[in-house]
Amino acid sequence: MVHMNRWVSIREKIVKNTLTVFALSSLLFLFLIFIFILIEGLPLFLKVGLKNIIFGFKWAPTKGYFGIFPMIISSFLVTFGALIIGAPLGLSCAIYLAEYSGKRLKMILKPALELLAGIPSVVYGFLGVIYIVPIVREYLGGSGFSLISTSIVLGIMILPTIISISFDSIMSVPRSYREGSYAMGATKWQTIFKVVLPAARSGILASFILGMGRAIGETMAVIMIAGNALKIPTNITDPLRTLTGNIALELAYATGDHRLGLFSTGIVLLIIIMALNYLANFGIKRRI
Amino acid sequence: MDVKIKIDNLRVYFEKNEILKGIKINIAKNMITGFMGPAGSGKSTLISIINRMIDFEDNVKIEGRVLIDDINILDKEINPVSLRRRIGTVFAVPIPLQRSIFENIAYGPRLKGINDKIELFKIVSDSLKKAFLWDEVKDRLDMSATKLSGGQQQRLCLARTLVLKPEIILLDEPCSGLDPISTAKIEEALSELKKEYTIVLVSNNTKQIARISDYSAFFYLGELIEYGTTEKVFTNPSQKKTEDYISGKFG
Repeated sequence: MVHMNRWVSIREKIVKNTLTVFALSSLLFLFLIFIFILIEGLPLFLKVGLKNIIFGFKWAPTKGYFGIFPMIISSFLVTFGALIIGAPLGLSCAIYLAEYSGKRLKMILKPALELLAGIPSVVYGFLGVIYIVPIVREYLGGSGFSLISTSIVLGIMILPTIISISFDSIMSVPRSYREGSYAMGATKWQTIFKVVLPAARSGILASFILGMGRAIGETMAVIMIAGNALKIPTNITDPLRTLTGNIALELAYATGDHRLGLFSTGIVLLIIIMALNYLANFGIKRRI
Repeated sequence: MDVKIKIDNLRVYFEKNEILKGIKINIAKNMITGFMGPAGSGKSTLISIINRMIDFEDNVKIEGRVLIDDINILDKEINPVSLRRRIGTVFAVPIPLQRSIFENIAYGPRLKGINDKIELFKIVSDSLKKAFLWDEVKDRLDMSATKLSGGQQQRLCLARTLVLKPEIILLDEPCSGLDPISTAKIEEALSELKKEYTIVLVSNNTKQIARISDYSAFFYLGELIEYGTTEKVFTNPSQKKTEDYISGKFG
Protein backbone atom coordinates (compact mmCIF):
# COMPACT_ATOMS: atom_id res chain seq x y z
CA MET A 1 0.00 0.00 0.00
CA VAL A 2 2.74 2.41 0.98
CA HIS A 3 4.43 1.71 -2.32
CA MET A 4 1.36 2.53 -4.36
CA ASN A 5 0.69 5.72 -2.46
CA ARG A 6 4.14 6.93 -3.23
CA TRP A 7 3.68 6.22 -6.93
CA VAL A 8 0.36 8.08 -6.89
CA SER A 9 1.89 11.08 -5.25
CA ILE A 10 4.78 11.15 -7.75
CA ARG A 11 2.31 10.98 -10.62
CA GLU A 12 0.34 13.85 -9.12
CA LYS A 13 3.52 15.90 -8.90
CA ILE A 14 4.50 15.15 -12.49
CA VAL A 15 1.08 16.23 -13.74
CA LYS A 16 1.18 19.40 -11.70
CA ASN A 17 4.68 20.37 -12.79
CA THR A 18 4.02 19.62 -16.45
CA LEU A 19 0.92 21.77 -16.39
CA THR A 20 2.84 24.54 -14.65
CA VAL A 21 5.49 24.51 -17.39
CA PHE A 22 2.87 24.63 -20.14
CA ALA A 23 0.96 27.37 -18.37
CA LEU A 24 4.05 29.50 -17.93
CA SER A 25 5.08 29.00 -21.56
CA SER A 26 2.50 31.56 -22.72
CA LEU A 27 4.17 34.04 -20.39
CA LEU A 28 7.51 33.04 -21.89
CA PHE A 29 6.26 33.68 -25.43
CA LEU A 30 5.03 37.12 -24.45
CA PHE A 31 8.36 37.84 -22.82
CA LEU A 32 10.30 36.61 -25.90
CA ILE A 33 8.19 38.67 -28.30
CA PHE A 34 8.81 41.72 -26.19
CA ILE A 35 12.55 41.08 -25.94
CA PHE A 36 12.99 40.51 -29.68
CA ILE A 37 11.05 43.60 -30.65
CA LEU A 38 13.07 45.64 -28.17
CA ILE A 39 16.40 44.23 -29.39
CA GLU A 40 15.53 45.01 -32.99
CA GLY A 41 13.80 48.32 -32.47
CA LEU A 42 15.66 50.03 -29.66
CA PRO A 43 18.99 50.66 -31.47
CA LEU A 44 17.23 52.94 -33.93
CA PHE A 45 15.72 54.94 -31.07
CA LEU A 46 19.26 55.46 -29.77
CA LYS A 47 20.61 56.36 -33.21
CA VAL A 48 17.90 58.67 -34.50
CA GLY A 49 16.48 59.85 -31.20
CA LEU A 50 13.15 59.21 -29.50
CA LYS A 51 11.83 62.65 -30.40
CA ASN A 52 12.64 62.34 -34.11
CA ILE A 53 10.77 59.04 -34.30
CA ILE A 54 7.72 59.63 -32.18
CA PHE A 55 7.23 63.29 -33.03
CA GLY A 56 8.83 63.23 -36.48
CA PHE A 57 6.47 64.10 -39.33
CA LYS A 58 8.43 62.62 -42.19
CA TRP A 59 8.64 58.89 -42.90
CA ALA A 60 11.30 58.25 -45.58
CA PRO A 61 13.28 55.40 -44.10
CA THR A 62 15.65 55.02 -47.05
CA LYS A 63 16.66 58.67 -46.63
CA GLY A 64 17.04 58.50 -42.85
CA TYR A 65 13.66 59.96 -41.78
CA PHE A 66 11.76 57.77 -39.35
CA GLY A 67 8.97 60.03 -38.13
CA ILE A 68 5.85 58.05 -37.26
CA PHE A 69 3.84 60.85 -35.65
CA PRO A 70 1.23 60.94 -38.45
CA MET A 71 0.73 57.19 -38.07
CA ILE A 72 0.31 57.42 -34.30
CA ILE A 73 -2.30 60.12 -34.77
CA SER A 74 -3.96 58.13 -37.56
CA SER A 75 -4.09 54.98 -35.45
CA PHE A 76 -5.79 56.89 -32.64
CA LEU A 77 -8.17 58.61 -35.07
CA VAL A 78 -9.44 55.36 -36.58
CA THR A 79 -9.64 53.84 -33.11
CA PHE A 80 -11.77 56.67 -31.75
CA GLY A 81 -13.78 56.66 -34.93
CA ALA A 82 -14.43 52.96 -34.45
CA LEU A 83 -15.42 53.62 -30.85
CA ILE A 84 -17.83 56.42 -31.83
CA ILE A 85 -19.59 53.97 -34.12
CA GLY A 86 -19.12 50.74 -32.15
CA ALA A 87 -19.72 51.90 -28.57
CA PRO A 88 -23.31 53.16 -28.83
CA LEU A 89 -24.30 50.28 -31.10
CA GLY A 90 -22.58 47.67 -28.94
CA LEU A 91 -23.87 49.03 -25.64
CA SER A 92 -27.42 49.28 -26.95
CA CYS A 93 -27.21 45.72 -28.16
CA ALA A 94 -25.84 44.55 -24.79
CA ILE A 95 -28.62 46.35 -22.90
CA TYR A 96 -31.24 44.89 -25.20
CA LEU A 97 -29.82 41.38 -24.85
CA ALA A 98 -29.49 41.57 -21.08
CA GLU A 99 -32.70 43.38 -20.16
CA TYR A 100 -35.29 43.20 -22.91
CA SER A 101 -34.82 40.21 -25.18
CA GLY A 102 -36.59 36.97 -24.47
CA LYS A 103 -34.73 33.72 -23.95
CA ARG A 104 -35.29 32.54 -27.49
CA LEU A 105 -33.97 35.68 -29.16
CA LYS A 106 -30.97 35.56 -26.85
CA MET A 107 -30.26 32.03 -28.04
CA ILE A 108 -30.15 33.29 -31.64
CA LEU A 109 -28.31 36.57 -31.04
CA LYS A 110 -25.46 35.30 -28.89
CA PRO A 111 -24.15 32.70 -31.39
CA ALA A 112 -24.65 35.22 -34.20
CA LEU A 113 -22.36 37.60 -32.34
CA GLU A 114 -19.75 34.91 -31.89
CA LEU A 115 -19.91 34.31 -35.64
CA LEU A 116 -19.41 38.03 -36.22
CA ALA A 117 -16.25 37.80 -34.11
CA GLY A 118 -15.05 34.83 -36.13
CA ILE A 119 -15.27 36.41 -39.59
CA PRO A 120 -11.68 36.90 -40.88
CA SER A 121 -10.63 40.52 -41.04
CA VAL A 122 -9.77 40.24 -44.74
CA VAL A 123 -13.46 39.60 -45.38
CA TYR A 124 -14.36 42.77 -43.51
CA GLY A 125 -11.77 44.62 -45.58
CA PHE A 126 -13.12 43.15 -48.80
CA LEU A 127 -16.70 44.14 -48.00
CA GLY A 128 -15.45 47.57 -46.99
CA VAL A 129 -13.73 48.06 -50.36
CA ILE A 130 -16.69 46.77 -52.32
CA TYR A 131 -19.50 48.57 -50.49
CA ILE A 132 -18.43 51.24 -48.01
CA VAL A 133 -15.62 52.85 -50.00
CA PRO A 134 -17.84 53.55 -53.08
CA ILE A 135 -20.65 54.89 -50.89
CA VAL A 136 -18.27 57.28 -49.13
CA ARG A 137 -16.76 58.33 -52.48
CA GLU A 138 -20.16 59.04 -53.92
CA TYR A 139 -21.77 60.88 -51.00
CA LEU A 140 -18.88 62.47 -49.10
CA GLY A 141 -16.27 62.89 -51.83
CA GLY A 142 -12.59 61.98 -51.95
CA SER A 143 -11.32 58.62 -53.07
CA GLY A 144 -13.44 56.74 -50.55
CA PHE A 145 -10.35 55.15 -49.01
CA SER A 146 -10.59 57.21 -45.87
CA LEU A 147 -10.78 57.74 -42.14
CA ILE A 148 -14.56 57.44 -42.17
CA SER A 149 -14.64 54.18 -44.16
CA THR A 150 -12.02 52.61 -41.91
CA SER A 151 -13.84 53.76 -38.77
CA ILE A 152 -17.11 52.25 -39.95
CA VAL A 153 -15.55 48.86 -40.70
CA LEU A 154 -13.54 48.82 -37.46
CA GLY A 155 -16.64 49.94 -35.56
CA ILE A 156 -18.45 46.84 -36.77
CA MET A 157 -15.44 44.62 -36.08
CA ILE A 158 -15.23 45.65 -32.42
CA LEU A 159 -18.96 45.08 -31.79
CA PRO A 160 -18.59 41.49 -30.52
CA THR A 161 -15.95 42.54 -27.98
CA ILE A 162 -18.03 45.43 -26.67
CA ILE A 163 -21.29 43.51 -26.64
CA SER A 164 -20.08 40.36 -24.91
CA ILE A 165 -18.14 42.11 -22.13
CA SER A 166 -20.83 44.77 -21.54
CA PHE A 167 -23.48 42.05 -21.55
CA ASP A 168 -21.61 40.04 -18.90
CA SER A 169 -21.17 43.05 -16.67
CA ILE A 170 -24.83 44.06 -16.98
CA MET A 171 -25.91 40.50 -16.18
CA SER A 172 -23.68 40.44 -13.11
CA VAL A 173 -25.56 43.34 -11.51
CA PRO A 174 -27.50 41.64 -8.69
CA ARG A 175 -31.21 41.21 -9.21
CA SER A 176 -31.83 42.80 -5.81
CA TYR A 177 -30.56 46.17 -7.13
CA ARG A 178 -33.23 46.10 -9.79
CA GLU A 179 -35.92 45.01 -7.33
CA GLY A 180 -35.03 47.87 -4.97
CA SER A 181 -35.46 50.32 -7.81
CA TYR A 182 -38.70 48.83 -9.06
CA ALA A 183 -40.08 48.85 -5.52
CA MET A 184 -39.54 52.60 -5.46
CA GLY A 185 -41.75 52.97 -8.49
CA ALA A 186 -39.07 53.20 -11.15
CA THR A 187 -39.89 52.14 -14.68
CA LYS A 188 -37.73 49.61 -16.48
CA TRP A 189 -35.74 52.20 -18.40
CA GLN A 190 -35.26 54.36 -15.26
CA THR A 191 -33.96 51.29 -13.47
CA ILE A 192 -31.57 50.41 -16.29
CA PHE A 193 -30.32 53.95 -16.72
CA LYS A 194 -30.01 54.97 -13.08
CA VAL A 195 -29.20 51.72 -11.30
CA VAL A 196 -28.04 48.94 -13.62
CA LEU A 197 -25.72 50.89 -15.93
CA PRO A 198 -23.97 52.79 -13.12
CA ALA A 199 -23.41 49.49 -11.30
CA ALA A 200 -22.01 47.90 -14.48
CA ARG A 201 -20.04 51.01 -15.37
CA SER A 202 -16.52 49.70 -14.94
CA GLY A 203 -17.19 46.56 -16.97
CA ILE A 204 -18.75 48.61 -19.75
CA LEU A 205 -15.72 50.93 -19.78
CA ALA A 206 -13.45 47.88 -19.90
CA SER A 207 -15.38 46.62 -22.93
CA PHE A 208 -14.79 49.93 -24.70
CA ILE A 209 -11.10 49.86 -23.90
CA LEU A 210 -10.69 46.26 -25.08
CA GLY A 211 -12.60 47.22 -28.23
CA MET A 212 -10.11 50.04 -28.73
CA GLY A 213 -7.28 47.57 -28.31
CA ARG A 214 -8.78 45.43 -31.03
CA ALA A 215 -9.29 48.41 -33.34
CA ILE A 216 -5.78 49.81 -32.92
CA GLY A 217 -4.24 46.39 -33.55
CA GLU A 218 -6.31 45.56 -36.61
CA THR A 219 -4.18 45.41 -39.75
CA MET A 220 -5.58 43.66 -42.81
CA ALA A 221 -8.95 45.38 -43.04
CA VAL A 222 -7.25 48.71 -42.36
CA ILE A 223 -4.64 48.35 -45.12
CA MET A 224 -7.39 47.54 -47.59
CA ILE A 225 -9.59 50.52 -46.76
CA ALA A 226 -7.47 53.28 -45.23
CA GLY A 227 -5.66 54.44 -48.39
CA ASN A 228 -2.33 54.37 -46.55
CA ALA A 229 -1.26 57.95 -47.31
CA LEU A 230 1.62 59.26 -45.20
CA LYS A 231 0.03 62.32 -43.64
CA ILE A 232 -2.22 63.38 -40.82
CA PRO A 233 -5.78 63.41 -42.13
CA THR A 234 -7.48 66.80 -41.84
CA ASN A 235 -10.86 65.59 -43.00
CA ILE A 236 -12.91 62.44 -42.44
CA THR A 237 -12.63 61.65 -46.15
CA ASP A 238 -8.81 61.84 -46.15
CA PRO A 239 -6.76 58.65 -46.47
CA LEU A 240 -4.41 57.69 -43.68
CA ARG A 241 -1.83 55.09 -42.65
CA THR A 242 -1.86 53.39 -39.24
CA LEU A 243 1.05 51.93 -37.26
CA THR A 244 -0.03 48.39 -38.04
CA GLY A 245 -0.51 49.19 -41.71
CA ASN A 246 2.97 50.66 -41.91
CA ILE A 247 4.59 47.47 -40.66
CA ALA A 248 2.54 45.15 -42.84
CA LEU A 249 2.99 47.19 -46.00
CA GLU A 250 6.74 47.61 -45.85
CA LEU A 251 8.21 44.67 -43.98
CA ALA A 252 8.38 42.47 -47.06
CA TYR A 253 11.00 44.59 -48.81
CA ALA A 254 12.57 46.59 -45.94
CA THR A 255 16.27 46.16 -45.21
CA GLY A 256 18.79 47.73 -42.84
CA ASP A 257 17.64 50.81 -40.95
CA HIS A 258 14.32 50.72 -42.77
CA ARG A 259 13.63 47.34 -41.23
CA LEU A 260 14.67 48.61 -37.80
CA GLY A 261 12.30 51.54 -38.27
CA LEU A 262 9.42 49.11 -38.63
CA PHE A 263 10.43 47.43 -35.38
CA SER A 264 10.37 50.85 -33.73
CA THR A 265 6.83 51.23 -35.01
CA GLY A 266 6.12 47.87 -33.43
CA ILE A 267 7.47 49.00 -30.06
CA VAL A 268 5.20 52.05 -30.04
CA LEU A 269 2.22 49.89 -31.01
CA LEU A 270 3.01 47.33 -28.32
CA ILE A 271 3.25 50.01 -25.64
CA ILE A 272 -0.07 51.55 -26.65
CA ILE A 273 -1.82 48.16 -26.60
CA MET A 274 -0.27 47.23 -23.25
CA ALA A 275 -1.46 50.52 -21.78
CA LEU A 276 -4.99 49.89 -23.05
CA ASN A 277 -5.04 46.36 -21.66
CA TYR A 278 -3.78 47.58 -18.33
CA LEU A 279 -6.55 50.18 -18.22
CA ALA A 280 -9.15 47.56 -19.09
CA ASN A 281 -7.93 45.15 -16.43
CA PHE A 282 -8.00 47.95 -13.91
CA GLY A 283 -11.64 48.57 -14.80
CA ILE A 284 -12.60 44.92 -14.56
CA LYS A 285 -10.83 44.41 -11.22
CA ARG A 286 -12.60 47.34 -9.65
CA ARG A 287 -15.89 45.72 -10.50
CA ILE A 288 -14.98 42.58 -8.59
CA MET B 1 -62.35 47.63 10.98
CA ASP B 2 -61.56 49.93 8.08
CA VAL B 3 -60.39 47.70 5.23
CA LYS B 4 -57.49 48.87 3.03
CA ILE B 5 -56.60 45.68 1.20
CA LYS B 6 -59.13 42.98 0.49
CA ILE B 7 -57.76 39.71 -0.84
CA ASP B 8 -60.43 37.51 -2.31
CA ASN B 9 -59.92 33.83 -3.04
CA LEU B 10 -56.37 34.32 -4.33
CA ARG B 11 -54.70 31.34 -5.95
CA VAL B 12 -51.14 31.45 -7.27
CA TYR B 13 -49.40 28.74 -9.27
CA PHE B 14 -45.71 28.53 -10.06
CA GLU B 15 -45.51 26.16 -13.02
CA LYS B 16 -47.77 23.42 -11.63
CA ASN B 17 -47.32 24.00 -7.91
CA GLU B 18 -50.06 25.79 -6.08
CA ILE B 19 -48.25 28.28 -3.85
CA LEU B 20 -51.27 30.12 -2.50
CA LYS B 21 -54.44 28.09 -2.09
CA GLY B 22 -57.42 30.40 -2.04
CA ILE B 23 -56.40 33.13 0.39
CA LYS B 24 -59.14 35.37 1.81
CA ILE B 25 -58.05 38.15 4.09
CA ASN B 26 -58.95 41.77 4.85
CA ILE B 27 -56.10 44.02 5.88
CA ALA B 28 -56.98 46.95 8.12
CA LYS B 29 -56.14 50.55 7.38
CA ASN B 30 -53.64 52.31 9.65
CA MET B 31 -52.78 49.13 11.47
CA ILE B 32 -49.84 46.79 11.49
CA THR B 33 -50.79 43.37 10.19
CA GLY B 34 -48.27 40.64 10.87
CA PHE B 35 -47.83 37.68 8.51
CA MET B 36 -46.10 34.70 10.07
CA GLY B 37 -45.49 31.14 9.07
CA PRO B 38 -42.66 28.74 8.32
CA ALA B 39 -40.64 28.85 5.10
CA GLY B 40 -42.72 27.95 2.07
CA SER B 41 -45.96 29.11 3.62
CA GLY B 42 -46.52 31.63 0.85
CA LYS B 43 -46.31 34.84 2.86
CA SER B 44 -43.58 36.41 0.72
CA THR B 45 -45.44 35.42 -2.45
CA LEU B 46 -48.49 37.21 -1.10
CA ILE B 47 -46.39 40.35 -0.60
CA SER B 48 -45.07 40.15 -4.16
CA ILE B 49 -48.66 39.92 -5.43
CA ILE B 50 -49.69 43.06 -3.58
CA ASN B 51 -46.80 45.11 -5.05
CA ARG B 52 -46.93 43.26 -8.39
CA MET B 53 -43.25 42.37 -8.19
CA ILE B 54 -44.54 38.94 -9.18
CA ASP B 55 -44.69 40.35 -12.73
CA PHE B 56 -40.93 39.74 -13.00
CA GLU B 57 -41.32 35.99 -12.45
CA ASP B 58 -41.92 33.57 -15.30
CA ASN B 59 -44.50 30.78 -15.42
CA VAL B 60 -46.85 32.27 -12.84
CA LYS B 61 -50.60 31.94 -12.94
CA ILE B 62 -52.78 34.05 -10.68
CA GLU B 63 -56.50 33.65 -9.93
CA GLY B 64 -58.72 35.69 -7.67
CA ARG B 65 -58.77 39.37 -6.76
CA VAL B 66 -56.71 41.78 -4.70
CA LEU B 67 -58.62 44.97 -3.99
CA ILE B 68 -56.92 48.09 -2.71
CA ASP B 69 -59.53 50.73 -1.92
CA ASP B 70 -61.99 48.57 -3.87
CA ILE B 71 -59.89 48.55 -7.06
CA ASN B 72 -58.59 45.22 -8.32
CA ILE B 73 -54.85 45.70 -8.73
CA LEU B 74 -54.48 42.46 -10.67
CA ASP B 75 -56.52 44.04 -13.44
CA LYS B 76 -54.59 44.42 -16.69
CA GLU B 77 -55.53 48.11 -16.76
CA ILE B 78 -53.48 48.79 -13.63
CA ASN B 79 -49.99 50.13 -14.31
CA PRO B 80 -47.61 48.32 -11.92
CA VAL B 81 -45.19 51.27 -11.86
CA SER B 82 -47.77 53.73 -10.55
CA LEU B 83 -49.10 51.04 -8.21
CA ARG B 84 -45.62 50.64 -6.69
CA ARG B 85 -45.48 54.38 -6.06
CA ARG B 86 -48.48 53.89 -3.74
CA ILE B 87 -47.04 50.78 -2.11
CA GLY B 88 -43.61 50.92 -0.50
CA THR B 89 -41.63 47.73 -0.03
CA VAL B 90 -38.75 47.04 2.33
CA PHE B 91 -36.84 43.83 1.63
CA ALA B 92 -35.09 41.40 3.96
CA VAL B 93 -31.63 42.40 2.81
CA PRO B 94 -31.19 46.16 2.59
CA ILE B 95 -29.71 47.06 -0.79
CA PRO B 96 -28.80 50.72 -0.89
CA LEU B 97 -27.97 52.07 -4.33
CA GLN B 98 -24.28 52.79 -4.83
CA ARG B 99 -24.79 56.48 -4.18
CA SER B 100 -24.73 58.87 -1.26
CA ILE B 101 -27.23 58.65 1.59
CA PHE B 102 -28.97 61.75 0.27
CA GLU B 103 -29.17 60.49 -3.31
CA ASN B 104 -30.53 57.13 -2.15
CA ILE B 105 -33.54 58.84 -0.61
CA ALA B 106 -33.83 61.43 -3.38
CA TYR B 107 -33.93 58.69 -6.03
CA GLY B 108 -37.70 58.16 -5.84
CA PRO B 109 -38.65 61.86 -5.84
CA ARG B 110 -36.26 62.49 -8.72
CA LEU B 111 -37.99 59.74 -10.70
CA LYS B 112 -41.20 61.68 -10.19
CA GLY B 113 -39.47 64.78 -11.56
CA ILE B 114 -38.71 66.68 -8.35
CA ASN B 115 -35.31 68.32 -8.79
CA ASP B 116 -35.47 71.46 -6.66
CA LYS B 117 -32.60 71.25 -4.14
CA ILE B 118 -34.42 72.86 -1.24
CA GLU B 119 -37.57 70.82 -1.72
CA LEU B 120 -35.51 67.63 -2.05
CA PHE B 121 -33.59 68.38 1.12
CA LYS B 122 -36.82 68.92 3.00
CA ILE B 123 -38.44 65.67 1.94
CA VAL B 124 -35.22 63.71 2.40
CA SER B 125 -34.72 64.99 5.94
CA ASP B 126 -38.39 64.42 6.77
CA SER B 127 -38.32 60.79 5.77
CA LEU B 128 -34.98 60.18 7.50
CA LYS B 129 -36.55 61.54 10.69
CA LYS B 130 -39.58 59.31 10.30
CA ALA B 131 -37.30 56.29 9.87
CA PHE B 132 -35.42 57.24 13.06
CA LEU B 133 -32.17 57.63 11.14
CA TRP B 134 -31.78 61.40 10.89
CA ASP B 135 -29.74 61.92 14.06
CA GLU B 136 -27.19 59.31 13.02
CA VAL B 137 -26.57 60.57 9.48
CA LYS B 138 -27.46 64.27 9.41
CA ASP B 139 -23.79 65.32 9.33
CA ARG B 140 -22.76 62.96 6.55
CA LEU B 141 -25.54 62.89 3.99
CA ASP B 142 -23.05 62.81 1.12
CA MET B 143 -21.32 59.69 2.42
CA SER B 144 -21.79 56.51 0.38
CA ALA B 145 -24.82 54.66 1.72
CA THR B 146 -23.06 51.32 1.42
CA LYS B 147 -20.78 52.35 4.31
CA LEU B 148 -23.67 52.42 6.79
CA SER B 149 -24.18 49.53 9.20
CA GLY B 150 -26.78 46.86 8.36
CA GLY B 151 -29.35 48.33 10.75
CA GLN B 152 -28.79 51.83 9.41
CA GLN B 153 -29.05 50.56 5.83
CA GLN B 154 -32.39 48.96 6.62
CA ARG B 155 -33.71 52.20 8.10
CA LEU B 156 -32.34 53.98 5.01
CA CYS B 157 -34.40 51.62 2.88
CA LEU B 158 -37.41 52.39 5.06
CA ALA B 159 -36.78 56.12 4.65
CA ARG B 160 -36.47 55.79 0.90
CA THR B 161 -39.81 54.00 0.89
CA LEU B 162 -41.44 56.68 3.05
CA VAL B 163 -40.21 59.50 0.84
CA LEU B 164 -42.60 58.33 -1.88
CA LYS B 165 -45.51 58.94 0.52
CA PRO B 166 -47.04 55.52 -0.06
CA GLU B 167 -50.38 54.45 1.40
CA ILE B 168 -49.18 50.96 2.21
CA ILE B 169 -45.81 49.73 3.43
CA LEU B 170 -44.87 46.09 2.94
CA LEU B 171 -41.95 44.76 4.96
CA ASP B 172 -40.58 41.36 4.03
CA GLU B 173 -38.66 40.14 7.08
CA PRO B 174 -37.00 43.51 7.53
CA CYS B 175 -35.18 42.54 10.71
CA SER B 176 -33.97 39.07 9.78
CA GLY B 177 -30.34 40.17 9.56
CA LEU B 178 -30.33 42.77 12.30
CA ASP B 179 -29.17 42.92 15.90
CA PRO B 180 -31.72 43.49 18.72
CA ILE B 181 -30.96 47.20 19.05
CA SER B 182 -31.43 47.89 15.33
CA THR B 183 -34.57 45.75 15.42
CA ALA B 184 -35.95 47.80 18.30
CA LYS B 185 -35.36 50.99 16.35
CA ILE B 186 -37.21 49.67 13.30
CA GLU B 187 -40.08 48.51 15.51
CA GLU B 188 -40.24 51.88 17.18
CA ALA B 189 -40.39 53.58 13.77
CA LEU B 190 -43.14 51.23 12.57
CA SER B 191 -45.32 51.80 15.63
CA GLU B 192 -45.09 55.51 14.95
CA LEU B 193 -45.67 55.13 11.19
CA LYS B 194 -48.91 53.18 11.42
CA LYS B 195 -50.75 56.41 12.23
CA GLU B 196 -50.25 57.43 8.61
CA TYR B 197 -49.76 54.16 6.76
CA THR B 198 -51.19 50.70 6.43
CA ILE B 199 -48.37 48.33 7.30
CA VAL B 200 -47.92 44.66 6.45
CA LEU B 201 -45.05 43.01 8.26
CA VAL B 202 -43.78 39.58 7.25
CA SER B 203 -41.64 38.06 9.93
CA ASN B 204 -40.28 34.73 11.02
CA ASN B 205 -39.97 36.16 14.46
CA THR B 206 -43.29 35.46 16.19
CA LYS B 207 -42.27 37.57 19.20
CA GLN B 208 -41.84 40.56 16.91
CA ILE B 209 -45.32 40.02 15.47
CA ALA B 210 -46.71 39.76 18.99
CA ARG B 211 -44.92 42.93 20.07
CA ILE B 212 -45.94 45.36 17.38
CA SER B 213 -48.73 44.09 15.14
CA ASP B 214 -52.42 44.78 15.71
CA TYR B 215 -53.64 41.88 13.61
CA SER B 216 -51.84 38.60 13.02
CA ALA B 217 -52.16 36.06 10.25
CA PHE B 218 -50.68 32.59 10.33
CA PHE B 219 -49.91 30.91 7.00
CA TYR B 220 -49.00 27.31 6.46
CA LEU B 221 -48.25 25.62 3.10
CA GLY B 222 -50.09 28.24 1.11
CA GLU B 223 -53.16 28.41 3.31
CA LEU B 224 -54.30 31.02 5.78
CA ILE B 225 -54.73 28.99 8.94
CA GLU B 226 -55.67 31.70 11.36
CA TYR B 227 -56.34 35.42 11.30
CA GLY B 228 -57.49 37.80 14.01
CA THR B 229 -56.38 40.42 16.47
CA THR B 230 -52.89 39.76 17.69
CA GLU B 231 -54.16 39.40 21.22
CA LYS B 232 -56.63 36.72 20.23
CA VAL B 233 -54.20 34.81 18.00
CA PHE B 234 -51.46 34.75 20.59
CA THR B 235 -53.50 34.15 23.75
CA ASN B 236 -56.34 32.02 22.50
CA PRO B 237 -55.69 30.59 19.03
CA SER B 238 -58.56 28.60 17.55
CA GLN B 239 -56.32 26.21 15.60
CA LYS B 240 -53.94 23.65 17.06
CA LYS B 241 -51.38 24.40 14.26
CA THR B 242 -51.24 28.06 15.24
CA GLU B 243 -50.69 27.22 18.87
CA ASP B 244 -47.92 24.77 17.96
CA TYR B 245 -46.20 27.32 15.74
CA ILE B 246 -46.38 30.15 18.24
CA SER B 247 -45.12 27.97 21.06
CA GLY B 248 -42.22 26.87 18.85
CA LYS B 249 -43.19 23.23 18.42
CA PHE B 250 -42.45 23.44 14.68
CA GLY B 251 -41.36 25.95 12.08
